Amino acid sequence: MKITRKEFLHVAGLAAAGAGAARAVQASSCADPAAPQASPTAKRWGMVIDFQKCRAGSDCDDCLHACSAAHNIPDIADRQREVKWVWKERYEKVFPFQQSDYTRRAYEGHPLPVLCNQCASPACVRVCPTAATWKREDGIVMMDFHRCIGCRYCMAACPYGSRSFNWSDPRPHIRNLTAEFPTRTKGVVEKCNFCEERLANGRVPACVEACRQKAIVFGDLNDEKSAVRRLLRARHSIQRQPELGTGPSVFYLV
Amino acid sequence: MRDRVLIVIGLLLFVSVVTYPMWHAAYAKTTAAGPQVKLPEQQKACVAPLAFMRASHMKLLADWREGAVRDGRLNYAGYDGKTYRVNLSSTCLGQCHTNKQEFCDRCHKYAAVSGPYCWDCHVEPASVARRMPTP
Repeated sequence: MKITRKEFLHVAGLAAAGAGAARAVQASSCADPAAPQASPTAKRWGMVIDFQKCRAGSDCDDCLHACSAAHNIPDIADRQREVKWVWKERYEKVFPFQQSDYTRRAYEGHPLPVLCNQCASPACVRVCPTAATWKREDGIVMMDFHRCIGCRYCMAACPYGSRSFNWSDPRPHIRNLTAEFPTRTKGVVEKCNFCEERLANGRVPACVEACRQKAIVFGDLNDEKSAVRRLLRARHSIQRQPELGTGPSVFYLV
Repeated sequence: MRDRVLIVIGLLLFVSVVTYPMWHAAYAKTTAAGPQVKLPEQQKACVAPLAFMRASHMKLLADWREGAVRDGRLNYAGYDGKTYRVNLSSTCLGQCHTNKQEFCDRCHKYAAVSGPYCWDCHVEPASVARRMPTP
């Protein structure tokens, strides 16, 4: 069959238009960044914190202490220089745009444990110039301390304030040093790593293990039978500032 | 013949300059002996042969670091057929080289290696014990 130049241009033009349209349709379908990933075997670690069970309001610091001990987190009192992985934040700071006058009245000042949300679409990863922070296939937003140059772009990008900078050598401020996890040096950013070093050994995160109220539940968000998915089906949950499109993996049961 | 004094002085200077390294070595008590590193008593073999470890342990550790942190490769198949957990603190120092000062530091000092900065972050298990004596 002979094809004329005119016919060839028609076919080529149609093919190009089709390819462009397919891409536009894909983009406009507005995929939820938190939706289960394409690969059915891929895990996506997630956490559910039960507001009703948590005793953070009654001076319970079990999860905070367990985290500090597991990760050599320095205890620095100066709030401008403190280092925090999981910490307590007041209700109105945790959910600034998800409250009414009545919830504000009821819960204002009530502390909640907050940590890195291990976002599905993490802003910190996008801005990191050295790829020192990146998203693993299991959803953990990981930090490579070796590669961090301390530019703090990630801290500016994170809408949850989940990252801390080491303004000085943290070692003198570490209460109980453990050899199981490295410390950091001056000039490095750090944050919660969902206890990836414990997950690698088949253990749940330190805060989950330490919580006596069993208020923190950990599991695979991609597995319908997991404890986190059961809770998310049974109870109403909220995320921190989901309108930002980050797709947090940490949910709060209200 | 009037130059004799100058010639002798010149010769003496020449000989002293040429033999200076020997004098200096004798004075500084330099020997040809290598660093007296203390090898682990219980273990007989490292994860790789001695020659490789001696020349390329820094490369191996850098590969371990990249593999473990970035690719999640947490096990290393040693040359002796055993599988080792990739971990500087608990495998290298925890299981074998329990005394960093007598192994790592001694050789690094001998070879005038500045750094390495591994220990700025990674914790030597023995140093934890020294810091907090068990009650």
